Amino acid sequence: MRPSTSPLRVLMGKRDFYAGGLMLLLGLGIALKGTAYRAGTLMHMGPGFLPTALGVILVLLGIAIAAASLSSAPDEHGDSQKILPENPQWFAWGCILASPVAFIFFGRYFGMAPGTFACVFIAALGDKTATWRGTIILATVVTVFGVGLFSYFLQVPMPIFTWRGGL
Amino acid sequence: MITTALTDLWYGFGVALEPHNLMFCFIGVLVGNMVGVLPGMGPLATISILLPLTFGMKPVAAILMLGGVMYGAQYGGAICSILLNLPCHPPHAVTCLDGFPMTKQGRGGVALGLTVFASFVGASWGITEMIFLSPLLVRAALQFGPTEVCSLMLLGLLAGSTLARGSPIKGVAMTVLGLFLGSVGTDLETGSERYTFGMTELDDGIELIALALGLFGIAEFMNSVNQVAPINTKYTHVTFKDMRPTKADMKQAFFPMWRGTIIGSLCALIPGTGPTIASFVAYATEKKISRHPEKFGTGLIEGVVCPEAATHSSVQGDFIPTMSLGIPGDAVMALLLGALMIQGIVPGPQLISQHPDIFWGLVASFWIGNIMLVLLNVPLIGIWVKMLAIPYKFLYPSAMFFVCIGVYAANNDFFQVGEVVAIGLFGYLLLRLGFHPAPILLGFVLGPRFEENFRRAMLISRGDFGVFVERPISAVFVSLCVILVGSQIYFRLKGVKADLEPADENAIGGRVPTELAAQRIPATPAE
Repeated sequence: MRPSTSPLRVLMGKRDFYAGGLMLLLGLGIALKGTAYRAGTLMHMGPGFLPTALGVILVLLGIAIAAASLSSAPDEHGDSQKILPENPQWFAWGCILASPVAFIFFGRYFGMAPGTFACVFIAALGDKTATWRGTIILATVVTVFGVGLFSYFLQVPMPIFTWRGGL
Repeated sequence: MITTALTDLWYGFGVALEPHNLMFCFIGVLVGNMVGVLPGMGPLATISILLPLTFGMKPVAAILMLGGVMYGAQYGGAICSILLNLPCHPPHAVTCLDGFPMTKQGRGGVALGLTVFASFVGASWGITEMIFLSPLLVRAALQFGPTEVCSLMLLGLLAGSTLARGSPIKGVAMTVLGLFLGSVGTDLETGSERYTFGMTELDDGIELIALALGLFGIAEFMNSVNQVAPINTKYTHVTFKDMRPTKADMKQAFFPMWRGTIIGSLCALIPGTGPTIASFVAYATEKKISRHPEKFGTGLIEGVVCPEAATHSSVQGDFIPTMSLGIPGDAVMALLLGALMIQGIVPGPQLISQHPDIFWGLVASFWIGNIMLVLLNVPLIGIWVKMLAIPYKFLYPSAMFFVCIGVYAANNDFFQVGEVVAIGLFGYLLLRLGFHPAPILLGFVLGPRFEENFRRAMLISRGDFGVFVERPISAVFVSLCVILVGSQIYFRLKGVKADLEPADENAIGGRVPTELAAQRIPATPAE
């Protein structure tokens, strides 16, 4: 961390500042949306009462987390004040998040087998040592095994192959 | 009283020994053991993946299997810690300290053998405790009205969030978030929709499985991908023959084992202190009373046996509040309780009397399962050791498929698969910001019941908050809450973090590369 003297600068370098900020924003959102529902009285509580109260508590906790980050010594946690890890894996993260999306798309329109293949294939690409060949083999093996287990054995109601099933 | 307990237990064995229940118990412990061995997969992710598969099963078989996964994973986790020096599962992090040096000295087999034995002793004690304490607790809990239930839940939630790993205040924030997530969907009393943003798929609330798999599956995979150092399998050649301890070893292990067991069972009784804390406390105590504390960390048998016995005794003991009060102590228990609720069983003090087959069958299956685990672990050690070598790059893509299909199978709906992506991304953000997402699950599972009881208590008291301190039992719970929060603030101001924290951090940080330790422990960001 760069040495700096301005308190705001110090705060901006702290992970807990953002952690508290996130909780504050979430709490605000929850509480504001909660006021749209009927709060009722303490005796006859409406659906909005508890969520709104939770939102307010979350706002207070957010402020407390951010404030507590001011008091802690900067070197207490070492370099873990960074939000991103040492070597950010943007590609791998993208692959992991894209994998269920591919499952949804291929699963809905083409069936379980293509969905499974796409899901495993895309997730496996995220590993930095992945090869095309290894990835295809892994995806094939999981597809065969997975379709066998879930479609034949457990009877999950999802067609193995279909053509633009949902369209 | 003892005779009734024994009769009930006899009945439980009858349930647990039914062929299909026995089979599912076996599948559960086998899968649990396997997954426990695999570096990078936690019991939470496994139970949530298996959860949808249990929908078609009878409740008894389902809970027997999921319970088996949980304690089976504890047996497997020790193998990973002792042979690879990888604290795959938090409760076993402390076992690395003395377990791995033993492996380096070529005594890894002995360490494993003793661990299996100590685990069995610890678990047996925990089960015995469950048999006798649960009915007592139930008798007390049946007197509770909504006010008491509400303040007891508050205590459970506070303990679960502040005593768990990491910053207490962040833990409380996660619990509050979990409570909120539990309120998404149709309001139980008025039927109005909350926070659904017009999506009819959210009317039934957020899917428990999607939440669990997002937080403990996808977020964990994002945390571990490409961060895992190649596994050193130099020391993993262990055979059945190596596992037999000598008489001297047994003698050395005997008392630490019992001390660990007792510590574990005490920790299980305090809500919120799960197996992880039990193992750290056990190790610290053993070191403190030892005549040669300086030798700890060089491969002492005591340092392996004591925390392992504590872990297992506390794992079984954790079922006591979960089953008898319906208040789970940690996220795994919350998930098991969620599984029961999906099966249509209302958790709470009436569970034992209304569904004796579930409770006593579960208790009996613990014993059967633990015996199975001993039998599985000793001769099959060679196979488990081979599984350690499965690289992560094959593991997580396959697990991704199980996540997707599992969430899909819960409702046969692709919407929940989308939910899991969103929750996974959010969970990873929370991990990177230093939050431990486990309390979210605790709050989520208890949320609807907390709200229901809170509303009822307020209705009865005509909107007077004073009722929580006027009724004596409730007042005790509330004052315990105050003591809990007060002591946390006190320690914070004095600059002393709770006793365990430093030991905890040093234990992990000192022995394995910090980055690795942080990545490998589920629900633990780099800290």
